[in-house]
Amino acid sequence: MANEVCFRNMDQDRPWLLEQYRSRGGYEVLTGILKEKRSPESIINEVKASGLRGRGGAGFPTGLKWSFISRNTPGQKYVVCNSDEGEPGTFKDRDVLRYNPHQLIEGMVIAGYAIGATCGYNYIRGEFWEPYERFEAALEEARAAGFLGKDLFGSGFDFELHSHLGAGAYICGEETALLESIEGKKGQPRYKPPFPAHFGLYGKPTIINNTESLASIPVILEKGGEWFKALGVENSGGSKLFSISGNIKNPGVFEIPLGTPFSELLEMAGGMKDGSRIKAVIPGGSSAPVIPGEQMMELTMDYDAIAKAGSMLGSGAVIVLDESNCMVKVLERMSYFYYEESCGQCTPCREGTGWLYRVINRIETGRGRPEDLALLDDMTTKIAGRTICALGDAAAMPVQGMLRHFREEFEYHIAHKRCLVG
Amino acid sequence: MSDDQMVTIEVDGRELKAKAGTLLIEVTDAAGISVPRFCYHKKLSVAANCRMCLVEIAKVPKPMPACATPVNQGMQVFTRSPAALAAQKGTMEFLLINHPLDCPICDQGGECELQDIALGYGNDASRFVEGKRVVPKRDIGPLIATDFTRCIHCTRCVRFGAEIAGIRELGATGRGEHVEIGTYIEKSVDSEMSGNIIDICPVGSLTSKPFLYSARAWELVQRKSIAPHDSVGSNINLHVRRNQVMRVHPRDNEEVNECWISDRDRFSYEGLSSVDRLTHPLIRKGDKWIEADWQDALDAAAQGLKKARGTSGNRLGALVSPGSTLEELYLAQKLMRGLGSENIDFRIRQGDFRGEEPAFPWLGQTIAQLDELNAALLVGSNIRKEQPILAHRLRKAALEGADISFITPLELDTNYRATQVVNSPAGMISDLAAVARALGGSGGLIDGAEIGDAHRAIAEQLKSAAKATVLLGNLAVAHPDYSLIQGLASVIAGKSGAVLGYLPEAANSVGARLSGAMPGTGGSNAQEMLSNPHKGYLLMGVEPGLDFWNPAKSMETLGQAEFVVALSAFRSESLEQVADVILPIASFAETSGTYVNAQGEWQSFSGAVAPAGESRPAWKVLRVLGNLLDVAGFNQVSSEDVLAEVRQLAGDMKPENSAVNGIENEALLAGTGLTRIGDVPIYAADPLVRRAAALQKTRDAIKASARLNPNQAKIAGLADGDQAVVKQDKSSAVLQVVIDPAVPDGCVRVPAGLAGTETLGGQIGNVTLEKA
Repeated sequence: MANEVCFRNMDQDRPWLLEQYRSRGGYEVLTGILKEKRSPESIINEVKASGLRGRGGAGFPTGLKWSFISRNTPGQKYVVCNSDEGEPGTFKDRDVLRYNPHQLIEGMVIAGYAIGATCGYNYIRGEFWEPYERFEAALEEARAAGFLGKDLFGSGFDFELHSHLGAGAYICGEETALLESIEGKKGQPRYKPPFPAHFGLYGKPTIINNTESLASIPVILEKGGEWFKALGVENSGGSKLFSISGNIKNPGVFEIPLGTPFSELLEMAGGMKDGSRIKAVIPGGSSAPVIPGEQMMELTMDYDAIAKAGSMLGSGAVIVLDESNCMVKVLERMSYFYYEESCGQCTPCREGTGWLYRVINRIETGRGRPEDLALLDDMTTKIAGRTICALGDAAAMPVQGMLRHFREEFEYHIAHKRCLVG
Repeated sequence: MSDDQMVTIEVDGRELKAKAGTLLIEVTDAAGISVPRFCYHKKLSVAANCRMCLVEIAKVPKPMPACATPVNQGMQVFTRSPAALAAQKGTMEFLLINHPLDCPICDQGGECELQDIALGYGNDASRFVEGKRVVPKRDIGPLIATDFTRCIHCTRCVRFGAEIAGIRELGATGRGEHVEIGTYIEKSVDSEMSGNIIDICPVGSLTSKPFLYSARAWELVQRKSIAPHDSVGSNINLHVRRNQVMRVHPRDNEEVNECWISDRDRFSYEGLSSVDRLTHPLIRKGDKWIEADWQDALDAAAQGLKKARGTSGNRLGALVSPGSTLEELYLAQKLMRGLGSENIDFRIRQGDFRGEEPAFPWLGQTIAQLDELNAALLVGSNIRKEQPILAHRLRKAALEGADISFITPLELDTNYRATQVVNSPAGMISDLAAVARALGGSGGLIDGAEIGDAHRAIAEQLKSAAKATVLLGNLAVAHPDYSLIQGLASVIAGKSGAVLGYLPEAANSVGARLSGAMPGTGGSNAQEMLSNPHKGYLLMGVEPGLDFWNPAKSMETLGQAEFVVALSAFRSESLEQVADVILPIASFAETSGTYVNAQGEWQSFSGAVAPAGESRPAWKVLRVLGNLLDVAGFNQVSSEDVLAEVRQLAGDMKPENSAVNGIENEALLAGTGLTRIGDVPIYAADPLVRRAAALQKTRDAIKASARLNPNQAKIAGLADGDQAVVKQDKSSAVLQVVIDPAVPDGCVRVPAGLAGTETLGGQIGNVTLEKA
């Protein structure tokens, strides 16, 4: 059942080449739409029917997002692909760019057609040089073959697509910061509303979707929304890419239907490394609260199951930790990340992320104080939900998760000035 | 506003009505409900970054920023509920963790928004025990002191630059807690409106450099006044301690200066206490100046004038500064007329007196109406540096899409999209004639004008705009063919349906006319008085070498007079060369008086401090002189009495810019050879600002120089930095050559009003240039 959507070409020799993509019917969905002059509404309805939820982490229904844009509003509109894959633990979009760039291009052109946009940007994470080059090469091929450009296949529909390489800021993965960055400004999130659907790139209506979401579109339209939806479970339609890493035998990206038990995913990744025992799992990228290993082994990989366990599926970045890990150290590292990556625009995040890190760092380095855990608890409530974008929440949630499930390790650290483990 | 646009919301149990979509903080502010904030500013875009104004809204799970939340029907808001207070206090704790809390040594202490709000929302002890952030000191110029360690990153200053000043000089660089405000590349902040960031900075990051460490806010007494440097009449507050003006702040007046003032109005107060202040009457004894008491000095002045007058009042002339108050100007002309002289004028920088002039020329519209223009043509005006607040108004119109164009002898640095037709002063006349012709005008020069694309475009813009204006600036007034410019502008305005407006140069250029400080029938105007020697002169508030259109000629003429009495607040080299008695007078801050601004609004003010030393308000000096000279009608006991007289005479006058006919006049300025463009730089405009130490250190405070474009310099065989002899009429000056691409071919920019230019002729005229 695996590799049905974004990875369905992984068995090919060099799947990133146009010729190989086309050998399996690539771009036929697009040409079909253009020839039939299929109505944009029917495309959006099909996407809605698929139950596809944004694969970047927030899980917002893609079809619904598209329907926010009125296709008939005059003026420029944009399709933007968010390939600024920066969440620690996430590396799935990189493989879409590397192995299936044409499916993404096809998806973006279709998205442009559906919302009436004639221009698209793919914002690629700055460190992704190789995927960037491969995507650029694919763009060249697509352009040469007439899948991009003016009056595609005599349909009267124009679509041009550009890639834009980021410069190494996590915050540019936040969609409005990403737009600012494309506009040549400092990558800082905008206050919302207005949302990009109304005031997006250069102030024009814009849809921004994750790489995996857009790359799923051609398959959804080829096989039908219902087919896609049926791959997954209730409220979590389709299959999804999971980047699994940590103390496991074979870290990597796996496409599995949503609702697959975590234990199966772990097995696909070769199980725990060197027979170690699972301690905890961060199921959706570093900002997702940690779940104890035992509990995780009972869960299925879908939006609702993970949410019910107090965490989130996020971008599908599964970080598996074995018992050798000191949770204080793990949290210290993650907090440092958010401290380093806060854009500094709004107060709670700018000041709070540094403070969180410093308190956790002093616990880790044996300088913790008994009142520190209460301070951390309190501080996270003053950051989460009080900021312009979700980075504040992302910085607060891992702290809350760790203190919820592994508080005794922190207490031990403070009392004994050393780790409980190892 | 129709009712259907109005919504009813509830704030803290109070029912409030507001227009749908208004930002919540505007509604609470209007209702007097205090919501703490730092980044919000009514004149700037919404940033929502400080998170201090978080409030609770029913049915919304998270606290919302009041500054960014539009109101809608039935919204239920709690600004002081436990949830709202928890959010506000949480933000305050974060704001304070890296703030140095150095209030005792911070100039903002006592008037600091952070300090004030921390009192209400902060804790008395911090839970933050780590080291605090420190930001290195940055020098951004002579006006603004910085201490970015105190910064709370509200970005008001950054947004001010982008949105109001129109030049992005400050930005936020870095990420997270390393965000810093700065210029990125080491440079100064040079906007002519830069000082406003001192006011909008909620903490002590941006403070006044001249004021630094000189007084605490609570030692200052605030006194209302009116800014004395341009015709905006910006409303200001003088902050006084122990009889000294310590600093100047804007006073809100939405119809005039909104909440802003120019740097010139903010920092010129330094001149009030300059070492040049004249604190005793002076009487010339041979080559020496003797300090005298008032009795002797007034006697000497009266005797001197009486003697010079002899049997005919027409032997006397008076030249008065348009920066004087209405009361001063009125009494000066009354004195002259009482002595039988019709020779009095304030138009000391005007280059051509052939034209007829309206009785009450003004902006032609209100200051606020400039915001709503759809098109404007500015003739001979570097409005940004002449009247910064009016330039800001015009910029607002430009950002809304207005077509602003300039016919200018210097390429201007406009902070918005504008069309500039840059031409030599003689060429400007042709350009105006061409625009007039494109609009269907005829007669005089117009008939032969060659119409280019730019002229046609300007004509079209003015004609098609719903609200258009043609404005004449300082370089138009100083033009030797000003009467032609006026005539052509009248035609352009008339044919296009645009409003003709004047940009009066000084604080009381408009008031001076109302006061009667103009030559009467048979009287001499400024140009005549300063070229045909009279026996006696009365000068008020002027420095002859710097404030007159043709300083060389003026000095020569005044030098031939039998007697010159000057009323001056300052010692002045050129004044001392020509005067016989100098009477020390009070500055604008030290006297009560009235200015009439560009929109014809009479704005009276009181003295904020006592006059320096022995100086006295000029109206009092004039009043005593009137008594000593036995002139009738000098019995006023207060400036209000004087004002009442002016009101009686001119109070009913309505401003009007009737069209004037000057197009048949002969163009006097030759279009051949090299033409001097003698603009008056922003910080050389009047005796007070010329003595404001910090302003004189800014980049706008240029030194006397001969500025040429590279092509013209090549023709003249001159290079940047060379010394050149500038010869004008019979006089000359040696000046440094500066290469300046903004100067058109055939011209050399030799700014006026600067030390080193006193020996030169008219502000605009033919000159020769050679290597020294």
